[in-house]
Amino acid sequence: MSKEERPLSPHLTIYRWPITMTLSILHRMTGFALSVGLVAFVVWLQAIAWNAIPYETLATAMQSFIGQILLLGWLFSFSFHFANGVRHLVWDTGRMFEKQQADTSAWVVLAAAVLMTVGYWLAI
Amino acid sequence: MAEFRLPPNSRIRKGRHFPVKNGAGNVRRFVVYRYSPGSGDNPCMDTYEVDMDNCGPMVLDALIKIKNEVDPTLTFRRSCREGICGSCAMNIDGRNTLACTVPADGISGDVKVYPLPHMGVVKDLVPDLTNFYAQYASVKPWLQSRTPPPPDQERLQSKEDQELIDEPAACILCACCSTACPSYWWNSDRYLGPAALLAAYRWLVDSRDEATGERLDDLDDPFRLYRCHTIMNCTNTCPKNLNPAKAIAETKKMLAERRH
Repeated sequence: MSKEERPLSPHLTIYRWPITMTLSILHRMTGFALSVGLVAFVVWLQAIAWNAIPYETLATAMQSFIGQILLLGWLFSFSFHFANGVRHLVWDTGRMFEKQQADTSAWVVLAAAVLMTVGYWLAI
Repeated sequence: MAEFRLPPNSRIRKGRHFPVKNGAGNVRRFVVYRYSPGSGDNPCMDTYEVDMDNCGPMVLDALIKIKNEVDPTLTFRRSCREGICGSCAMNIDGRNTLACTVPADGISGDVKVYPLPHMGVVKDLVPDLTNFYAQYASVKPWLQSRTPPPPDQERLQSKEDQELIDEPAACILCACCSTACPSYWWNSDRYLGPAALLAAYRWLVDSRDEATGERLDDLDDPFRLYRCHTIMNCTNTCPKNLNPAKAIAETKKMLAERRH
């Protein structure tokens, strides 16, 4: 019996996600969202540089429901990616690697991201 | 590239149900992954009811009882039944662990038992560990020295130097950590995985080893070492409470410091 015919055991669907794993994938997803957001940001800068008409169109679009959801999503992505980025910097120094520390820092990062998002949203 | 869906030959069918004989009181249901090579059938989940009043406390006890009394075809590795050999590593209740050290009591609802995740399945709960062992061998897990040993004694270590390797040397190579790691799931062909990297670290910090430079050279690779993204599943799941994630971080630090 050749090795190729062996079935692959189930993985993602049967594994009980620890909070640290959830944050890891969230870090990647928010990073991706920020890359897309960067393109949107450049479009916005171009619109300003060009003249008032495209800028106003864009500003109106961003006032719409979908536009607000996008802005909120990007704001959360930035907040989370920033906070979790700090967590990764600490990890790079070899600290905070005990199980309990990794779990606690995960919740701290989530709380910080939500606070930053809400605070910023209310401030602007 | 990450492939999230199981290939067609690996998708799980509904299996058989083995009810417990004559109305026992304390019944637990064990839902166990089954696959028989050569049968031509896809894997399935069989359900076994076990009378826990007549069974040892651990999940392994229940599996052995099932094999002895209900279904002798059920296949799994086991040996020491006390958490030191690493043979009975499997996925129980969604976490990789040793069946012999997990009490069934601590699990709520049906006890779901799968082989270690994202591995080729030889039969039932037996994964193919060929690649895992090859990766372990690839880090050259033995003492490498150029200077001859002292003529009248062994190569001695200070107590402090010994303490550096106490923890990483306690790894039993059960493969729980590597098969818990999503990076390893998607890149096990090129990423060494936490178990092999913990072993590599054990020799990097060994005061008697004189191949630190070469060892670091071998690891300095975008895949072999740096596919670790600090997901922490390895450390979370290690049944021996070791910390492969920290060992990998320390290895990355050694490489970073060497560049300056």
